Amino acid sequence: MIWLTRHGWLVAACLFALAFPMLATAVGQDFYISVASRVLIWGLLATSLNLLVGTGGMVSMGHAAFFGFGAYVVGIIALDAPQWSAAPVVLPLAIAATGILAFVVGAICLRTRGVYFIMITLAFAQMLFYIFVSLKGYGGDDGLPLAKRSPLGTLKMADDTVFYYVVLTLLALCLVFLARLRDSRFGRVLRGIKDNEIRMESLGYATLRFKLTAFVIAGAMAGLAGALMANQNGFVSPNMLYWDLSGTALVMVILGGLGSLWGGLAGAVVFMVLEEVLTGFTSHWQIILGLILLGVVFFAPKGIAGLFARKSR
Amino acid sequence: MTWILFLEQCLNGLQFGLMLFLLVAGLTLIFGIMDLINLAHGSLYMVGAYLVATFTQATGSFLLAVPLGIAATAVVGMVIEAVVLRGLYKRDHLSQVLATFALILIANESTRAIWGLQALTLNVPLALSGSVELLPGLHYSAFRLAIIAVGLAVAAMLYILVVRTRIGMLVRAGASNRQMAMAMGTNIKWLFTAVFGVGAALCALAGAMLSPLLVVQVGMGESILILAFVTVVIGGIGSMRGAFIGALLVGIVDTFGRAFIPPLLRTVLPPAFADAAGPSLAAISIYLLMVIVLFWKPQGLFPAGS
Repeated sequence: MIWLTRHGWLVAACLFALAFPMLATAVGQDFYISVASRVLIWGLLATSLNLLVGTGGMVSMGHAAFFGFGAYVVGIIALDAPQWSAAPVVLPLAIAATGILAFVVGAICLRTRGVYFIMITLAFAQMLFYIFVSLKGYGGDDGLPLAKRSPLGTLKMADDTVFYYVVLTLLALCLVFLARLRDSRFGRVLRGIKDNEIRMESLGYATLRFKLTAFVIAGAMAGLAGALMANQNGFVSPNMLYWDLSGTALVMVILGGLGSLWGGLAGAVVFMVLEEVLTGFTSHWQIILGLILLGVVFFAPKGIAGLFARKSR
Repeated sequence: MTWILFLEQCLNGLQFGLMLFLLVAGLTLIFGIMDLINLAHGSLYMVGAYLVATFTQATGSFLLAVPLGIAATAVVGMVIEAVVLRGLYKRDHLSQVLATFALILIANESTRAIWGLQALTLNVPLALSGSVELLPGLHYSAFRLAIIAVGLAVAAMLYILVVRTRIGMLVRAGASNRQMAMAMGTNIKWLFTAVFGVGAALCALAGAMLSPLLVVQVGMGESILILAFVTVVIGGIGSMRGAFIGALLVGIVDTFGRAFIPPLLRTVLPPAFADAAGPSLAAISIYLLMVIVLFWKPQGLFPAGS
């Protein structure tokens, strides 16, 4: 019972997420089911970035590279090797390929720190963006449409409700994995590195190896998010690797709460809901969104997660 | 014929590099002295270009519109500094990223609300619309030459301001060690607002000079912002010399890349592939330059603190 009161918000949110397609259908707004899938995928992307920025202290401005790369794995396989396009094959493939990419990029970028790290991750993402623009065989600038969603067993993936639950399940698995990771030795060392890297080094930890591992996990998870987004939209384009997507994901993380397990997801939900609600009010909704973000910086420096933490104390 | 093309591209690179320098000079000082990551720097460039275009239409004279636009943008910059950014200096880089990202949203949307969705175009002023024969066979646009002249003049003025005057001394002291400069009694608050005003004015000047060559539209600030940040990092954060050399380097590498990589590729690769890869390789060239520079000198070419 104590558990229930302490985690009341969490339980309510989970129940709401589970019941969402039914609620949307009940009020006759089926359209919002696919919007919700998109919100969850953004949440997965922001959550993966939060591992990097919030837990590991590595501010990356190039996370979109992994998101877009994962999406392109799905798109290219659907075009060139359709026999592999089943979800149980293509999703792990996207995760693995993005993980390898993150390993290479991370091994180079992690030699720098602070602002230089921000800029060099950005540079790699921009390079990948231009490489995919030049791949005319895969649509180049115009992007690559997918014929259908990656099939998963006998499930009707084309149905938005089914796809929503697939995304929700994968997101939940990732969150459970991250929750376990936080409390493991690895997670504690990573937080130690964020606080004081030199201290952890003199304690005998090979800090670069820990940081690189976190970079690969975050990259692979972003790749999964990208693969799901490709399925959701039925379309991949170089814009999925563009820097403003990295910026938006970073804003979601800061908005939701750095280093908090739920921060990325909360930030994505609030950001997307704000966007949805404000567009209904005025075509100049970005001014209001900007003012709200400024308000968050000045009055809620720890993000949404910080607001909840203060209340529960 | 090829050496004429080469010289022309050199001038184009110089012209682009000098305009980039105007943006980067303010950005690197704000970055170096105030330790502020200002993503909204590109928005000031956009606002400057819009204001100059509007003043040109209102007064009918580009020459009159430029100083008006610069002054107005400087005021906008100082107001933003005093109202929003002043509260961010002591905050971490992430809060600054979020707040200045919010400023971009507000600036872009306000611009859209005021000037509408239609992009503005500006004609090259009549007196400078012709071309000049610099060498036998080398005709170069008079307006681009004027841009180079203005860029060089401003760079020289900034050099004198930063290296020879008392204000410049305070600025350099602030860039190399902010806390020590404060401890020695520098009025940092006033200095910050002034530096921000100058940075905004330089943005507006770049926006004004480039507006007849480009299209004045929402989003123009973001595309050049990344280039400006790349230049800051290549040159070394907070260093004026680094900003100047970095900007010229980026300007020339970018221009040469666009002009010469596609034809070079076509000589060694099948044309269909070369046509696809050429422009991308050209766009990648400056990022490669940055990765190479950072690999070789992790603090940029001219670190300000040393």
